[in-house]
Amino acid sequence: MSERLNELTAGALGKKIQAKEVSVKEALDATFAAIDEKEESVHAYITLNRDAAYKTADEVQKKIDAGELTSPLAGVPVAIKDNMCTEGLKTTCASKILYNFIPTFTSTAVENLQNAGAIILGKTNMDEFAMGSTTETSAFGVTRNPRDITRVPGGSSGGSAAAVAADECAYALGSDTGGSIRQPAGYCGVVGLKPTYGTVSRYGLIAYGSSLDQIGPLTKDVTDTALILEAISSYDKKDSTSVNRTDTDFTSALVNDVKCLKIGIPRDYFGDGLDPEVAAAVKKAADELKAAGAVVEEFDLSLVKYAIPAYYTIADAEASSNLERFDGIKYGYRAEDFTDLHDLYKKSRSEGFGPEVQRRIMLGSFVLSSGYYDAYYLKALKVKALIKKAFDEAFAKYDLILGPVAPTTAPELGKSLSDPIKMYLGDIYTISVNLAGLPGICLPCGRDSKGLPIGLQLIGDCFKESTLIRTAYTYEQLRGSF
Amino acid sequence: MANVISDETIEYVGILSKLKLDDAGKEQAKHDLEQMLDYIDQLGELDTDGVEPMTHVHPFSNCFREDVVTNGDDRENILKNAPEEKDNMFAVPRTFD
Repeated sequence: MSERLNELTAGALGKKIQAKEVSVKEALDATFAAIDEKEESVHAYITLNRDAAYKTADEVQKKIDAGELTSPLAGVPVAIKDNMCTEGLKTTCASKILYNFIPTFTSTAVENLQNAGAIILGKTNMDEFAMGSTTETSAFGVTRNPRDITRVPGGSSGGSAAAVAADECAYALGSDTGGSIRQPAGYCGVVGLKPTYGTVSRYGLIAYGSSLDQIGPLTKDVTDTALILEAISSYDKKDSTSVNRTDTDFTSALVNDVKCLKIGIPRDYFGDGLDPEVAAAVKKAADELKAAGAVVEEFDLSLVKYAIPAYYTIADAEASSNLERFDGIKYGYRAEDFTDLHDLYKKSRSEGFGPEVQRRIMLGSFVLSSGYYDAYYLKALKVKALIKKAFDEAFAKYDLILGPVAPTTAPELGKSLSDPIKMYLGDIYTISVNLAGLPGICLPCGRDSKGLPIGLQLIGDCFKESTLIRTAYTYEQLRGSF
Repeated sequence: MANVISDETIEYVGILSKLKLDDAGKEQAKHDLEQMLDYIDQLGELDTDGVEPMTHVHPFSNCFREDVVTNGDDRENILKNAPEEKDNMFAVPRTFD
């Protein structure tokens, strides 16, 4: 029976481990066997943590046997996106500039999982510095979508989504700055949640857009999403934007009931550019929730198209500042030939960063420069305030917003990077959620005629993850197994 | 309104970004920047007079704490990541003669 342990949800596997039906080592054996079998075609991981994982497994098993570790996640193997620092385990951000970086500390979200007894399998592939929507900007090769290996897994948490979809882990952590958990979850047919800004500590998450970044889970079902979110959420003094929440008992929201819940569907999310098959599947999901007792209405959210230019101004501005630290001095890549200190900085950065990262650093530097700051950066921050206001008005009327996660299903490999603006347009349904700091969840709601997963996105008001989880859980019961 | 990025501007952006651009890289960067700025210009359609710029969605204020060292000395592991070290310090090229 042990050959299928890797296919279990985290919750189901954790229960078997606690019940001593399977050992932590058996769970790990099954998962690494799947990794060995599938990595050649999927390439979800940048770095595997095999030896340390088995060592930790021994320690965790002893604590479980002694009754010291009773968490449902004890002994359950997890994949971590390679932008979260892990002590002693290489952390590259999928960039040449960090090709050999070994952190001396562990990010708080990962540490929370380790305290629960999680076993780290390895670090997953991503778009370089989380800048991209396909995982094709990685310096260490592309990840292929396990549902169709001619297609991208989405991004930037593409490796994490692919690892979950391919059963190369029980669950994974990703990060979401403009849709980087939800969109790959949609493309790979798994569940992904971006929490309210400030819910999960960003300490140890290598920063891209600090006011937008959040860590969240990628899982096989909604129950796991609640379980993992509960484990990683924590108030953290090491993150000055951490919010002290007392309502993080997310598993209690796993209730099959949407009666009287008010769901709004933005008409602006169903305009030009949306694949008709995606539109049909999302509307069908809304109909099923309506049949289960929810009140579903269409409304005008407004300002939708302005979210993308506002986002790329703000995110790139923050990125240009955050990425200044990569200078070839303290860690990472250093150019071989240089004339002086400034030449060392410039050459190391130009050789170390890929084209998309350089593009965003330059745009970010430009919009922050004197003479342009007011016209671009400040303007974008004002538009952000308007977008937040539009959501506030929507949540005065509705408990949550329902729509697609992306305009299409997963594109073919190699078709997205040539036209950056076209690629950015693919973020239209996810990006405003980050600007407004809201929680959003994506779960599969069908397949298109090519057999590719279609993602349903639910957006909640700040701190309303429980509403998202309850609705997603109810929909999952209505939908049946995916 | 089509944005035109001059040679001087891209030179300046290169300095701010600490990136070394060759001639082809400069032309590409000019093109990319012009295209993105044209796209961002649509924000100008929105009337934002009197709107307060929003940096964070939650009302964060400064987080103060006592200036107490809590992390230990991890010099050895930190220096292991350095491309070059000398006498327990990061090594950099000579900056002045």
